[in-house]
Amino acid sequence: MSITTEKELKFVGKSVLRKEGIDKVTGRAQYIDDVKTPGALYGKTLRSKIACGRIKSISFGGNIPWNEFTIVDARDVPYNRVMLIESDQPVLCDGVVLHKEEPILLIAHEDAGLVEEALRAITVEYEKEPGVFEIGQGKVLKQYDIEEGDWQKEFANAEVVFEGEYRTGAQEHVYIETNGFIAQWDGDNITVHGSHQCPYYVHKALKYAFKLQDHQVNVVQMTTGGGFGGKEDFPSVVAIHAALLARKARRPVRLIYDRAEDMASSTKRHPSLSRVRTACTKDGVLRAIEFNFYIDGGAYVTLSPVVLSRGILHSFGPYKWPAAKLHAQCYFTNSPPYGAFRGFGAPQSIFAIEAHMTALADHLGMDPAELRRKNFIHRGDAMPTGQIVEETPNMEALMDRALELSDYKRKRGAWKRGSGKGIGLSTFMHGTGFTGSGEVYLASRVGIATTRNGGAEVRVSSTEIGQGTETVFAQIAAEALGIDVAKVSFRRPETKVVPNSGPTVASRTCSIVGRLVQRAAEKMKQRLAGADIGHHYAEHGEAYEEVEYVPRPGLVWDDNTYKGSAYGAFSWSVNVVEVDVDPVTAMPKVHTLTSTVDIGTIINPVLAYGQVEGGIAQAIGWSTCENVVLKEGLMENHHLTNYVIPTAADAAKIVVEFMPNPYSEGAFGAKGVGELPMDGPGPAIVSAINDAINARFTHIPLMPEEMLK
Amino acid sequence: MKQSISFTLNGKSVTIEAHPMQPLLYALRDDADAVGTKYGCGEGECGACTVILNDELVMSCLVPAVQAEGARVETIEGLADANELHAVQQAFLESGGAQCGICTPGMIMAGVHHLRHPERAPGGVPEALEGNLCRCTGYTRIFTAMKRAKEILSANGTAP
Repeated sequence: MSITTEKELKFVGKSVLRKEGIDKVTGRAQYIDDVKTPGALYGKTLRSKIACGRIKSISFGGNIPWNEFTIVDARDVPYNRVMLIESDQPVLCDGVVLHKEEPILLIAHEDAGLVEEALRAITVEYEKEPGVFEIGQGKVLKQYDIEEGDWQKEFANAEVVFEGEYRTGAQEHVYIETNGFIAQWDGDNITVHGSHQCPYYVHKALKYAFKLQDHQVNVVQMTTGGGFGGKEDFPSVVAIHAALLARKARRPVRLIYDRAEDMASSTKRHPSLSRVRTACTKDGVLRAIEFNFYIDGGAYVTLSPVVLSRGILHSFGPYKWPAAKLHAQCYFTNSPPYGAFRGFGAPQSIFAIEAHMTALADHLGMDPAELRRKNFIHRGDAMPTGQIVEETPNMEALMDRALELSDYKRKRGAWKRGSGKGIGLSTFMHGTGFTGSGEVYLASRVGIATTRNGGAEVRVSSTEIGQGTETVFAQIAAEALGIDVAKVSFRRPETKVVPNSGPTVASRTCSIVGRLVQRAAEKMKQRLAGADIGHHYAEHGEAYEEVEYVPRPGLVWDDNTYKGSAYGAFSWSVNVVEVDVDPVTAMPKVHTLTSTVDIGTIINPVLAYGQVEGGIAQAIGWSTCENVVLKEGLMENHHLTNYVIPTAADAAKIVVEFMPNPYSEGAFGAKGVGELPMDGPGPAIVSAINDAINARFTHIPLMPEEMLK
Repeated sequence: MKQSISFTLNGKSVTIEAHPMQPLLYALRDDADAVGTKYGCGEGECGACTVILNDELVMSCLVPAVQAEGARVETIEGLADANELHAVQQAFLESGGAQCGICTPGMIMAGVHHLRHPERAPGGVPEALEGNLCRCTGYTRIFTAMKRAKEILSANGTAP
C-alpha cells in the first residue's frame, strides 16, 4: 500500500489554499442565481396546503393573463416518478396528496412578480383525510434486525439492567444558498444547471421522468452554497420541475426557491426515538445491548432506508458487546419526506447510546469517562455486526488527550452538580463511505487528463460544496503525479464530461474517491514514464486515464443477514463539552468544546479543521436552539426569523486536535471527516446541561423553556 | 412605476431604472449587474446581502432601492483592486474563513466595516459579525481570518 510518511510528501498534509477561494472571497464565484438567462421564464410551484387527502378541483381566478402562462401538471410528466432507491414519489401530485407542501402544479412567466401574484390566484379544493404524524402509527417503511450472541441469557443473568428512552428532533440544513435550477432543452436533449451535491442522482431522475437515454441528459453543477445532505436527493425534484416547465414553454426556465419555500418543502433530518436497554456487571463491564431505533421517514421512501441503516449500524458505539439485539424501523408519516443530513442517522442513534452511557455511569456511581474506558473496542474485537475491527481504534488515547486538554477531572470535581456549570463527554465513531456493499454497487470511476500547460485535470462527479473537494483532489493528484499542485485543475462536474465517481455524501469524497484520484494519477504517471506532461501533450494530445473502485479483499457484507464489514474504516473521536446555564433565563452557553479526532491522514489541515469545527457548530445548533416545530408534519417555523441557528455571537470555543491513524485504503491514508463531528456534541451537551442544572433530560433540542419548568 | 436612481457603486456613478421600493439587493443584482451580493433569506436575518451604504452596514434585502439615491454603495466587487485582494479577503482565503462561499461576500463586508469602525461593536468581532450567518465554518476560522486581516493591515500600514 502506498502510505508514505508525511515527511516525504510535498502537498498532502499542507494547508494548500482553497482552489476556488479567490472566486469566493471576491464574489466572482457563480452560483445558480447569478447566471444570466436572457429570455428565460421564472417558475414557481403550487403546493398542497393539506397533509393528506385528494384534490377535488383546481381553479385559476384573479385578474391574471393565464393564457400567457406555462402551466404544468401531472399529465405533463412522461413518467411521473422521482427515481431514487424506490420510485414511489410522484414528480407532481396526481390527485392524491400525502404531505403538506407537496408539489401540485408548476407555473412560469417572464415577469417574476406576476408569477407570485398568479400563484396566489390559484385555488385548490381538497377532500381532507386524517393523516399520520407520529412514529409508530403508520406503515413501516423499512426494518432491520441484527442479533449477536445470547442476549436473552445475558439480560437474564445480568447484575445490572438499565434502560432509557431518547429522542432527537428534526433539523433544517439552512445551507445559505437556497435550492435552484435553470433548465434548457435543445430538441430532445435537456441541460440543467443548478445547486446540488450529486450530479448523477439528478441525471438519473431526469432520465426516468422524461424517458430519455443517458446521452440526452446533461447535469451541470454551479458553485453550490452549502449542502450538508440537503442537496443530495431533493435537487432531483427541483431539476425535473424546471425541465418540465422549460419543455412545455420551449424556453429556458429558472426555478429558484425563496427561503420560506425552501425551508417548508425541502428535506430535514429524520426525527428519532430510541429505546436502549443494557446489561452489565456491577463494576460496569458491558454484557449486552438491546437497541430499538425508530425514525420518521415522511411520506415517501426517498433515502430513509439508508439513513435507518446507518443509524442502526452506529447504535452500539465504540464499545465491545458480547451480545446484542438491534432493531430498527422507519415509519411512513404525512410529513414531507425526511432526507440526508450530515451524519445520516448516526447522530440520532449515537445521541441515544451516548446519553445512555452517561446515564448508566450515574446509575452505577461511576465517572462516565471510566465506564467508557472499561468497554472500548479494540483491534481484533467483533462488533455486533460481526465485523472484526482491523484497524487500531485508539479510543483510550483520544479520550485521555481530550480529558487533559479540557482539564476534565479538575472541573468535574470542582463544578458541583446543579452549580450552573457542567461538563459532559461523548466517545464515538463514524464509518467512512457507503454502508456494506454500497461502494461495490456504486463502482465509482475517476478520470484524470493531461493538459496543455503541462498539468493535469481531475474529472469526477464529486462536487465542491464548501468542504474543499477541488483542493484536496488537486493535492492528492499532484502528490501522486509528482507535479506542482498549482498545475492540477478540477473540471466542473458536468455529467456529459465527468465519469460517475458517485455521490458527494457519506464522508466518502476525500478518503474513497480521493483514493481513486490517487490511483488514476499513479496510472497516468506510469503511462507518462517520466515524460514531461507539456511535451507529451504537444506530441500526443490529451492523455486520459480512468480507474474504478475495487473493494478491499475480505471486505464482505451480507445484505440479507445484515452482517459483515459495514464499513472499510471508521473515524474515531472524543468530545468534552463545557456549558454554563444562565440561572435566570436557563439559556445554556456551550463555551468550550474540545474534540480529539482520528480521521486518518490529514490531507489539508485548514480544510480539515474547517470540517470538524463546522460540523460541531451544526451539532450545537441541533442540540440547543434549532427547534423544528412540526404541525401536521410541516415545519411551521420555516423562516430564519423563527428557526434559529448559531450566530457568531453564540460561537463556542472549539478546540480540535487530530491524532491521525492512517487507513491503508484511503487516499494517502485519509478516512472520512465530514460527518463525524456531527455525532458527538449532542449527548455531551445534554450531559453537561444535566450536570449544570441537576436534571435528567434525554432529548434534543433541549430548549431553555423546558429547563425552566 | 420604475424611476431613475443614481448612486455611486464602488466608486463609479451608476444610474438604474428600478421601482423605488424594490429592495436594493435586487437593484444591485438585476439592474446594476453586481451579483456578488447574495440573497439568503430576504428577511434581514442571514446577512448574505450585507453591503455598506454611506459608511453604514445594511442588509440590502431590507433597504428600498430609492434609499441609494445619491448614496455611496460599497459591495464585495469593489474591495480588491486589479492585482491585489483586500486584506480581509486575503485573510479569509488564507485562514479558511470561506467554505461554500455564499455568506462570504456579506461576511467580508461586515468584517471590513468592523475594521473601519471597531467602536461600533464593543463586543468585538463576534458582535460585529453577529448579523451574518455562516452554516459551514462554525465561525472559528472567520475569527482567525479577522485577526489575520488586522495583521496584514498593520504590516502594510494601510487602512481597511
